Parts: sequence; C-alpha cells; structure tokens
Amino acid sequence: MTYRGAKLAVLAAELSAVVGPDGVIADRQRLRTYECDGLAQYRVVPGLVVLPESAEQVVAVVRACAALGVAFVARGSGTGLSGGALPHAEGVLIVTSRMRRILEVDPANERAIVEPGVINLDVTKAAEPYGWYFAPDPSSQQVCSVGGNVAENSGGAHCLKYGFTTHHVLGVEVVTPEGELVWLGGTTRDVAGYDLLGAFIGSEGTLGIATKIVVRLMRTPESVRCLLAAFPGVDEAGAAVSAIIADGVTPAAIEMMDALAIEAAEAAVACGYPEGAGAVLIVELDGPAAEVEHTFAAVRQHCTAAGAFEIRVARDADERARFWKGRKSAFAAVGRISPDYIVQDGVIPRTVLPDVLRRITELSAGTGVRVANVFHAGDGNLHPLVLFDEAKPGEAQAAEQLSGAILDLCISYGGSITGEHGVGIDKACHMPRMFTTDDLDVMQRLRRAFDPAGICNPGKVFPTPRLCGEVPGKRKGVHPLQAAGLAEQF
Amino acid sequence: MATSTLGGLRLACADVAEATASDTVDGVAARWVAWPRSTEEVSAVLRAAAGLGLRVVARGTGTRLAWGLPPKGLDLIVDLSRMDAVLAHTAGDLVVSVQAGVRMVDVQDALAAHRQRLALDGADTLGGTVGGTIATAASGPLRYRYGSVRDLLIGITVVLADGTIAHAGGTVVKNVAGYDLCKIYAGSLGTLGVITEAVWRLHPLPESRRWITATTPDPSGAAVAIAAVRASQHDPTALEIQRAAPGDAVTVGVAVEGVTGGIDARAQAVADLLGAAAGVAVAVAEHPPGWWGQPLPAPQATVTCEPTGLADLLTNGPGSLCGSAGAGVLACGLHDDDRLGTDLARLRDIAQRHGGNAVLRSAAPHRKAGLDVWGPVRALTLMRRLKDQFDPDHRLAPGRFVGGI
Repeated sequence: MTYRGAKLAVLAAELSAVVGPDGVIADRQRLRTYECDGLAQYRVVPGLVVLPESAEQVVAVVRACAALGVAFVARGSGTGLSGGALPHAEGVLIVTSRMRRILEVDPANERAIVEPGVINLDVTKAAEPYGWYFAPDPSSQQVCSVGGNVAENSGGAHCLKYGFTTHHVLGVEVVTPEGELVWLGGTTRDVAGYDLLGAFIGSEGTLGIATKIVVRLMRTPESVRCLLAAFPGVDEAGAAVSAIIADGVTPAAIEMMDALAIEAAEAAVACGYPEGAGAVLIVELDGPAAEVEHTFAAVRQHCTAAGAFEIRVARDADERARFWKGRKSAFAAVGRISPDYIVQDGVIPRTVLPDVLRRITELSAGTGVRVANVFHAGDGNLHPLVLFDEAKPGEAQAAEQLSGAILDLCISYGGSITGEHGVGIDKACHMPRMFTTDDLDVMQRLRRAFDPAGICNPGKVFPTPRLCGEVPGKRKGVHPLQAAGLAEQF
Repeated sequence: MATSTLGGLRLACADVAEATASDTVDGVAARWVAWPRSTEEVSAVLRAAAGLGLRVVARGTGTRLAWGLPPKGLDLIVDLSRMDAVLAHTAGDLVVSVQAGVRMVDVQDALAAHRQRLALDGADTLGGTVGGTIATAASGPLRYRYGSVRDLLIGITVVLADGTIAHAGGTVVKNVAGYDLCKIYAGSLGTLGVITEAVWRLHPLPESRRWITATTPDPSGAAVAIAAVRASQHDPTALEIQRAAPGDAVTVGVAVEGVTGGIDARAQAVADLLGAAAGVAVAVAEHPPGWWGQPLPAPQATVTCEPTGLADLLTNGPGSLCGSAGAGVLACGLHDDDRLGTDLARLRDIAQRHGGNAVLRSAAPHRKAGLDVWGPVRALTLMRRLKDQFDPDHRLAPGRFVGGI
C-alpha cells in the first residue's frame, strides 16, 4: 500500500465512525459510479466517497481530511458540464445526496432554507402552493442540486431577466476547507463586512462546502406569454433580437436555434417547428398582465419587421412546453445527426452576434467541421455544438481545434470563455487567455484566504502546468444520467 | 523626510501635492494628495506608497468618507477625480465601462440619452463617484427590483496595496469565468485596493412611472400594506417607507414602471391594494414624493431586517426611518447627542430579533468613538485573512472596516 493509500485507509476507518459504514464507499467498483460529472470525457475514480447526512458530519469529514492533508471535492448531483466535480484520485469525494431536506419554506419572508443536496426543482415545488418559486432554472433542474447551483452560480434560460444563483441566495452555511462552520450572508441583505457570500457563489467548490442555503423566493408572475418565430436565417433572427432589446423590452428569455440545431431537434423530438426555418426564436415575456400584453404585441411586431415568416403564439402551458421542448432537447438531439459533439459555452457582447456567427460559419466551412448553434440570444451566451465522429481519424482533433478557435473568437470580441457551465477542469487552461497572470494571482489570494492548504477541489478553475500540458481526455458517449433521461444538457 | 516622500511620489504621479486643511478622512488629516489619471498611474503611486510605507485612502467626491470608522492613520489620499471618463457604452449590449472617478450623475446623464440607466439611485448615490458607490455599496429605492452594487457590477479593475493591477469579471453580463472579485469590493470601504474602473450592467429606462403613496398613523397597518404589495403580482420597482419620528405616521411609497399603455392600470391596482390593506386614502402621482431617495443627515444607521420584522421596527424603532422596506434595508436617523449609543443598541436589538443588524454609518468621529459601530460580524476570521492577502501591511484605509480591518 502506498503512503497515500494508507492515508485513505486510515480516513475510511475514521469516517465510518462519523457517517456510519454505509456512508463510506471504498470499493473500487462502487467508486467508479462517481468517476465523472456531466462532462463525461474526464474520468477519475475517487480515492474514497463519503455521504454525510448533516453539516456536523461534513465538518468532521473535512477536519479529518485537513488533518491528513488529503484533498477533497464536493459533489451534488454530478450534472456539471465543466468537470468541476471531477474527483481527486487520491482524495475524498464528499457527496451531498443524503443532505436533501428542505428545512423551511417561509413565504412571508420570501425564502426557503435548504440542504445542499436538495434538487433545484423541488424548491419551486415546495414554494409553488404559496405562489412563489425559485428563479434559477438550469435545464438540468429536475436533477441538479442547489449546492451545485451555488458552486457554479447557475443560470438558466430565464436569467436574462432574473439573474443567476448569486441574485437568489441570501446566505449559506459553509464548512471551510479547514473544517470551520461559518455563515456567509444570512437571512437579510447587506450583511456587515465583506461580501464573502458573493465570492463563494460561483467559486466552483474551491472555497468550501455549503451545508445550508437560504434561497430567495420570487412571486410567480401574473402572466406568461411565449412565442415561436421562424426566420429565413440567423441574420434576420438576430436583427429581431436587437430590435426587441433596443425597444427597451427585457424578455424573460430569448433563445435562438439555427438550421442544423433545428434539424437535430426535429429528428430527436419532432418538435414541429415551421418548415424551412433557417433560424427560430423563442421569446418569453412575463410580469403583470397589463405590462406583458403591450410588450408582447411589440415583440411580435419586431419579429415580423425583421423578416419572420411565421409566428406562433402559445395558447396554453402545453403549447409553451412544446415550443421549449425542441430547444431544451437540442444538446442531446445532435446525437441524432452526429455520433460525437463538443458543447461550448462562450459569451459575446450581444451586438456582435451576427459577426461572430459569420466567423463561426467560415471556420466551419474552412475545416469541414459542422457546427450547430443554439444560444441564449438575449445575453450573447453561445452554445455551439461542434460535431464529429470519433471513429474517423483526425475528426476529434479537428473538432477540438475548432472548439478552441470559437473560444478565442469570443475572447477577441470582449466576451467570456464560460457563461454558465463554469471553468472546472475543462477550461482551466483557457483562463490565461482571458485573464493576466496578475489577475489570476489575485484570485488565488482569495482562495488562500479560505484554503491556505490548497486541499479544497484542487486543480480546478486555475491553470496548472500538469493539467495544461496534457491532452484532454477522450469523449466516451453520453453521461449515464442523460442516457437515462434524467438530465438534459442546456 | 516630507520632501523626499513628495519627491518619491512625484516620480510615480505627475500631480502630487502636500495636503491642505480640507484633505481629511473622517477627521483624520492626510499629508499628501495624488491625482492620478490612469490605472497605471494609480499602480505607480501605490507601489511608491508601499515603498515609503504610506497609509492610503482613496477618495472620489468625498460624499461618504465619513462612513465606517476614521482611519487609524493616514498619509496619502489618492484622489480619483481626474479619472472621470465614460470609457465605452454600447447601448445594444446594455453595458457601460467607466473610470472610477466619474460622478454617478454624469454616468446617468450619458446613459439617459440612450434611454438607459444604471439602476442605482438615491440622491446620495448620484452625488458620489462610481468608485465611492462601489466602496460603500450605496443604494436607493430601485434596489427592490434591481438589487444593489453587487448585483449590477459585472467587471472591475483594482490596484492592490502593492501596486498590482487586477481585473475580474468582464464586459458581458453572463460570465462565470474565475472568482467574482466584484463582490468583495462592494462595500469594502477602500480596504482591499483602489478601484479604478468598473463595468456595469444596464437596464432600459421605463416609458412611464407612477408613485403610489399612502400615509397611516398605524405602523402595523403600514407593515401589512407592505406585505400585501410584496405578495402581489404587480411587480413594483420600489417599495419604500418613511417615518419622521417614533409615533409619527408612516408613509408607504410604491413605484411602478413600464410601458405607457399599461401603467395606469397597474398603478390603480397597487393603489387599490394599498388602500384596502392600510385602510387609508391613497394618492397616485407622476412624480416621487419629496422624501424619495433622500439621505438622512448624520448620525444615521443602516438597519436590516427580515420582511416579517418590519412591523416591530416601525412600531418600536427609534429615530427617523426611511428606505427600502421591500429589500429590508432602511436608513435610521438618530439623535446627534448622548442618546446615540442607547438608540443604536435599541435599534440593533430590534433588527437582531428579525435576522438583521444595525450598522452606524455616519456620525461625527467623537460620537463613533467608543461605540460598537458594526454590531456582530460573522466570518470575521475569513475577512481578516482576506485583508491579509490583499493588503498584508494594512496600509489601505486601516481601521475603517469591520473588526478593525
């Protein structure tokens, strides 16, 4: 047994006493279940898996790790798309799936208090009877955990109007990397001192483990209107988006798909979008009926003026769900038209959308690599799906290169390498293209304040020579959760 | 010594002078003032200050330099007033990049020409600079709908105590690359670095606005009316209260904003709701009431509480009260005499019953002396460590922040 192996054996025994024998997994076969998150091409079998049931148990687990200098990684539902919850081979994976209690739903105080393993959609289900909901709605919301949302600062289709997780969390109880239990934020706003809550949300599990989360609830809107508009091409659809924004309308969501993405969605879920569409827009407005009624009419006019040849207005919730079905299935749907694909998550200033799409088309034409475009058009968050066939020599590499070129394009237009999927392990090597060495060093100062020993989800977010010298792992098909129909990628 | 220090600073920045009698921070006099014109120049000044061991406070228009505690020592004021440019505004992207020394009112004027705004209001906020607004996390009535500095700031450039220039965030709204350092600068009172540039998320200016107000002698009734508006689907932009003194009537003010076609129906719906809940007459106006977004004179505290604590606060809270009842963040004006300490303690007591706190914002330095200005602060150990990482020698605004930071 290696020295590190011996440490893990000691830990396994110690932690069994903390969480009970059934809360510790050391068996190699069972450990494999946890070898990847939603980004399945990165796989590492964890040294040990622990399933705590309470904040006190998380404290004990983290303290035990800290005492031995063993790295740990927190994991919720494992739906992340950047390898942020990729385990550490010689470390402990702390899984929050047994911490799933909704501790409080308090409509009068517009909040719920939940444990980190609680499923995103379950918060809304618990609040809905009172007329409230939890706004962040990543498309994995049926399976993703609120703890994961906090780690990734998750968005969703409706973040255009309602913002991200960081706008909807008032406080978190956190176990620091040294095993201290502290509260960041609280149950009110403007808590005295530095906004460490804000720094913690979106830190991708590198600053500690959230064990309780105070989430803001929002009142369900009086009216929701949704339309689907078909355009000859992406230029016309893009012009409609520009006109809507320029008119001062803030839709709850504006989503766009191009011809290839539509083709894939039709093949997969027969969403019945208008035939011959070179691009479709889904535009959703919500709010007071008196407001929505007027803005919705304006949105229709803008779509028509920009060249929409067909506009469908959802008559009820079912029809609205059908509009969204094609969009929400788009990632998985490209599996119908391509054996393998890479999902990108770059962001660009919305006004350069037509330029960037043209450049992507040129890149695609120049290399012969097909790209299907699906994106949150309102906020410039692109999800190009780069298609390839692993079985054909050179295709994977060409796709990888094109994917990287798209990120470079985003950066050159003043955008970002990730809008919502996070940096994780997948984009850590791209960070120096967006930030200077000093920028990254200053971020590391924040990290050191929380984690001086560097044991909390090491190797994520920031580039390391070891990581960035390596060739990325190969893609091995879809994630088990996705295959089982439990999760969608968005 | 003084001459050589001035000489050293002049090598870093063209505009440096000995301080005058007005160059004080919360009663503490500075020795020198520098007026850098770029982030690089700020960096050079701070590197020089580090070499000379100078304690530094950044200054904008000086509107809120009396917030927090007086610095434990002060050698150099870095005045940002010459960094007052709007760097880039792409209206179609609803984003603006600005230098930290630009006044908020000038930013708003530039944006209004494009029917846009930075959703931070309040007379106090508008009078200050962008850097000051970030450093104090100042906010106004709009925070109910749009949040505060932390929610709207999407990119930042800062210079650390050692002169290191760092950026975080970016120029797009949706961005999760790297740590969001914007957050830790919001409300940090200059203790983590000098803010030199900021990128903000913008919102469209509404076509129409209405203010609906109701005044009731019954503080509980006011709280009931507030709760009714919160639980409604009218989506107001602001939800404010105002009370001049304990026992006085409470005015509830609601702002609705939107398209002209729907505004009157929405205003009337809010008016009906307020009237029914508070049982008093309601007024609808096209202009805000006089007290809307106006700062209270010093001494004043910021008091926070959970929504259900509002009735207790309005009934039992000392002093004058004004602010965002909707967000649970209010200003409380307190007596400028020996009652200050007792009233602050009482206010804090009430706030703590409802998950909140009371922080004494501004008061004459001699009044703050000996008072617990901040109240209980959670995670102070982490905050101290953060300070140690960003400013190991504790030369930036030393002592102005929580826990002696």
